[in-house]
Amino acid sequence: MSLTDLTLSELHDKLRTKELSSVEVTRAYLERIAAHNAALNIYLTERPVEALRDAEAADRRIAAGEAAPLTGIPLALKDLLVTEGIRTTCGSKLLENFIPPYNGTAVHKLRDSSAVLLGKLNMDEFGMGSSNENSAFGPCRNPWDRERVAGGSSGGSAACIAARLAAASLGTDTGGSIRQPASHCGAVGLKPTYGRVSRYGVVAYASSLDQVGPVTRTVEDSALLLQTIAGYDRADSTSIDCPVPDYRAALRNDLKGVRVGLPKEYFIDGLDPEVQRTVASAIDVLRDLGAEIVHVSLPHTDYAVACYYLIATAEASSNLARYDGVRYGRRVTGEGGLIEMYNRTRGAGFGDEVKRRIMLGTYALSSGYYDAYYLKAQKVRTLIRQDFLDVFAQVDVLATPVAPTPAFRLGEKGADPLQMYLSDIFTIPVNLAGTCGLSLPCGFAAGKLPIGLQLIGKPFGEDALLGVGHAYQQATDWHKQQAEL
Amino acid sequence: MKISREQVVQVAKLARLELDNDELDALTGQMDAILAYVDKLNELDTDGIIPTSHAVPVENAFRPDAPVPSLGTEKALSNAPAAADGCFKVPKVIE
Repeated sequence: MSLTDLTLSELHDKLRTKELSSVEVTRAYLERIAAHNAALNIYLTERPVEALRDAEAADRRIAAGEAAPLTGIPLALKDLLVTEGIRTTCGSKLLENFIPPYNGTAVHKLRDSSAVLLGKLNMDEFGMGSSNENSAFGPCRNPWDRERVAGGSSGGSAACIAARLAAASLGTDTGGSIRQPASHCGAVGLKPTYGRVSRYGVVAYASSLDQVGPVTRTVEDSALLLQTIAGYDRADSTSIDCPVPDYRAALRNDLKGVRVGLPKEYFIDGLDPEVQRTVASAIDVLRDLGAEIVHVSLPHTDYAVACYYLIATAEASSNLARYDGVRYGRRVTGEGGLIEMYNRTRGAGFGDEVKRRIMLGTYALSSGYYDAYYLKAQKVRTLIRQDFLDVFAQVDVLATPVAPTPAFRLGEKGADPLQMYLSDIFTIPVNLAGTCGLSLPCGFAAGKLPIGLQLIGKPFGEDALLGVGHAYQQATDWHKQQAEL
Repeated sequence: MKISREQVVQVAKLARLELDNDELDALTGQMDAILAYVDKLNELDTDGIIPTSHAVPVENAFRPDAPVPSLGTEKALSNAPAAADGCFKVPKVIE
């Protein structure tokens, strides 16, 4: 077993007892990154020298007997999380040389616990995409099959787990951007409840939907990482001031007394047969562990994609107004004045998908169309959220597929944006409802392509979600299988 | 047609996006298809439904109006494409 195969909890134990040093582990990861990153395009920014410095500092802290749960553990971050003094591109040419002057709250908490930061991870530009093909720096490749997408937008955050290029990572999820790539890469991805993790220092895409979460090898690791980043933050007025439970204490080995709902709208004809088969077997495992399986309905599911692509684009058109060439990022000027600078900077700096979403959102918010599109979508959002609240009166968690298919081929869905949007059908409703969702490996399609099971929990029910996920991983070994590089 | 090319040009102007002719042509077709798709929301009767702007109930988040440390001019200007005299520098505003 190599050092890069250890889970967070195994690493923590070996570091604390000084069986291993953080410098040794960090060096092992840096060697792996040097050997494999060029072919996979997972890291946009590497920091080999600084990571070793982080590791030395962590080893000193451990020697002083002051180890926190993540001290000395080599992590990586989606390049949407602002990092003081470390380039943060958001996958955009516009921010190619942006060096943030501060750390976001989640990053600050990791730094505060003396985690080692290996670098910043590839992503779809500003979080807009489902394949990582919208990165201005080229797509991140799927470690299980390099001709296929890693998923998106947090493609690098999931691929670095599959490729063993970090012990764990953080991603962000606005419509499935943690869960879908985790499913495609065979990783564990958690989108916490809206407000559970501070969004301070997370570059905004759609502010009422965005949330930061862990991408890890095991559910136990997810619990460990969430424990460190969760909690109220006065710098984010939408973070919620409610107690953070002990997530590791919620991990369980059986599911006696747990009611698992299967929403019929998630098991539809268009589902890939191999996804259907593996998710059905996963549900059998949950039943064997003692869970009671209940058939339920989320009747407005079919409207979620349309609702999302109005609300998310409207919020994006407003949030991305800040890229105007004045305070940071690229500036393109012409013969004229300020307005021409805005137009040129944005026209030259943004990629096609970002432009498309800004245009859609601007249209949905424009005079004469606001009620028909944006307001209508907000009302439908109420119906979608109510579906979940109704169902959670009957069951503890929901079990569904994460994505309708395994990872598709690079370029396969490039020509038709709507087809790409529809691949997020099972993840988007969770963001609209503001609740939490966990993606975990539950099998493989032909050609050894990972498939994920999605567990959806009540608002602030991450503990129950992690409990069910952990029990599943005690009974299966899908999460232990490794991509051959 | 849900949206015309002229409307797309107008939206680009509102969004402060310089787009070339090829981009405008492509966007007209794509936005038309997406807007036709989102029309399915009109199958639902939403009369009397309260719109959701925020998924988790939150009240106004007040804090005392007291000064706290902030970035400071030097850091705030550190990524500016152009700066002078402690300010962001831009092309002429009034033409």
